[in-house]
Amino acid sequence: MLQVAEEKTNEDASQMIASTALIDLRGVSKVYGKGQAAVQALKGIDLRVPRGDFVAVMGHSGSGKSTCMNILGCLDTPTTGEYFFEGVAVGKLSRDQRALLRRHYMGFVFQGFNLLQRTSALENVELPLIYRGLPIKQRREKAREALAAVGLSNWEGHTPSELSGGQQQRVAIARAIVSNPQLLLADEPTGNLDSARSKEIMELIVQLNRERGLTIVMVTHEPDMAAYALRQVQFLDGQIEWVQTF
Amino acid sequence: MLWEAFMLAQRAIRRNVLRSSLTVLGIVIGVAAVIIMVTLGNGATVKVAEDISKLGSNMLQVRVGQSLRRTGGVSSDAPPFHLEDAQAIASQIAGLQAAAPMSIKPMQVIYGSENKSTSITGTTSEYLTIREWKVVQGRGFNEGEERAGQSVCLLGETVRKALFGSEDSINETVRIGKLAFKVIGLLEAKGQSSFGTDQDDFVLIPIRTFQRRLAGNLDVGSILVSAKDGVSTTKVKADIEVLMRERRNIGPNQADDFYVRDMKEIIDTMTSTTKILTALLGAVAAVSLLVGGIGIMNIMLVSVTERTREIGTRLAIGAMERQVLMQFLVEAVVLASFGGLIGIASGLGIALLGARLLEMPFVLNIGVVVGAFLFSGAVGIVFGYFPARKAARLDPIEALRYE
Repeated sequence: MLQVAEEKTNEDASQMIASTALIDLRGVSKVYGKGQAAVQALKGIDLRVPRGDFVAVMGHSGSGKSTCMNILGCLDTPTTGEYFFEGVAVGKLSRDQRALLRRHYMGFVFQGFNLLQRTSALENVELPLIYRGLPIKQRREKAREALAAVGLSNWEGHTPSELSGGQQQRVAIARAIVSNPQLLLADEPTGNLDSARSKEIMELIVQLNRERGLTIVMVTHEPDMAAYALRQVQFLDGQIEWVQTF
Repeated sequence: MLWEAFMLAQRAIRRNVLRSSLTVLGIVIGVAAVIIMVTLGNGATVKVAEDISKLGSNMLQVRVGQSLRRTGGVSSDAPPFHLEDAQAIASQIAGLQAAAPMSIKPMQVIYGSENKSTSITGTTSEYLTIREWKVVQGRGFNEGEERAGQSVCLLGETVRKALFGSEDSINETVRIGKLAFKVIGLLEAKGQSSFGTDQDDFVLIPIRTFQRRLAGNLDVGSILVSAKDGVSTTKVKADIEVLMRERRNIGPNQADDFYVRDMKEIIDTMTSTTKILTALLGAVAAVSLLVGGIGIMNIMLVSVTERTREIGTRLAIGAMERQVLMQFLVEAVVLASFGGLIGIASGLGIALLGARLLEMPFVLNIGVVVGAFLFSGAVGIVFGYFPARKAARLDPIEALRYE
């Protein structure tokens, strides 16, 4: 059943690479609740993100940027409108198919790191590969490579409580890139870090974007961090207020 | 995938050793209770059967009425046996060691100021042969006493102790009802039977004496028969049935108004009680296993709530519902089976100790051990499913935001 679902996703993906953009949001709206209590979080968003882009999504809380990120990460689906990821209409996929899409094409970095406690850095990084069904040898190898890429080669056996905040976020980034995703979604990756650590993390993210051509969408409310991106998208009241390209 | 789930489960369990041990305690106690109850119960059953076999496995009993096994119970209008029936069995059935008529009446035995309520058993000296009962002092009945129905008696050890204490009792006179009996012999002490009755609490008198002086009729209550060594009791039983049907003029279409019990049937009757008790106690113990299961569900629910963010992360990086469900289900099953194993080990240990203390045989029932293990695993599945499903159905967005 796993294989069937996987093949289906791959099939859909190969059939529909119509648009060159990795991400294509067309008139995406999101409504939470019903009737009088209904809240419109997104009001018809259009956004295209080509491969290799680095987009910073900005806005106040309640501006709709988090909802937009959830939809981009296939954790949520639009109420109306369409989201094409690699040409695949995500809104038509089942929960499990979206999980497979995340597993194979996306990496996530969170503000709170979300590492498994009492679990070594190496095992944390391995986690996505377990769900990919990779044998342990390959998993170890790839996880080591990913940790080396974020500069934590010597910290493989350390658990999150033995690592600094900056190091924990590096482990989280290693976990996000270990499966060679197309898209890295970062939700306030520097929100819990001091300015020096923030700078290091941002430089690492920029490096991943430049050297690997990894497409990155990052939510932040700090202009300093947004300045690292190639494009800035400002949200206001569920709509895109402005887009700025550097 | 199952192996991965197993590794994840054992890691999660080891992460919180104290809580995991407390969680499985319910299962441990439940499984141990089942094992102890069933093992000791089986031991008791075997002991009862062994004790009865000691009475002589080649012994048969012919009784009036219908076997309790058949419906209808004992019919009161069935005619009693007579001495001639016992003699006919003794002379006409092949392969017999002895046959003894037997009648029992509860009465008081009095000596001086002492008295004792006991069973007065009228029989012949063959009775002692069949039961392998020795006369330790004095002598048994002689032929003259039996034929003439003289007032002589043999005392069981309990009766002797109650009436005479440390005094000499041979050739003394005791009263049974209004009659005086001379004590001619004392019987060897056999102690308690396995079903708690005092085997030595009885007085033997000649059957004719019993009939004439105590009962006032020529009835015989039952006939005790023993086959020679190596002779099939089944064959002897069938032969006696044919003979008795003939003697009692029972037509081909009529049901027997008597029955022959061999030792096996007596053992079955006696052990059926302990077997029922064993099953009952085992069932009660099994209920505590269910309670243990509820404990597992409780902790699994707490664990799911505590690990909401972890579940959210797993879902975000591409775990499918089924995989999260499997992870928590396997965790519950591993916990429960682990508890089952400890329960089996401690249960067997306690049962072994208990069997030693109660001087019973230790009867290992592999079926129950395997059953208890599988049942504890099943408890894990049943009570782990709900928390696991709760984990799998979490909304990843909510779960990631959970504090």
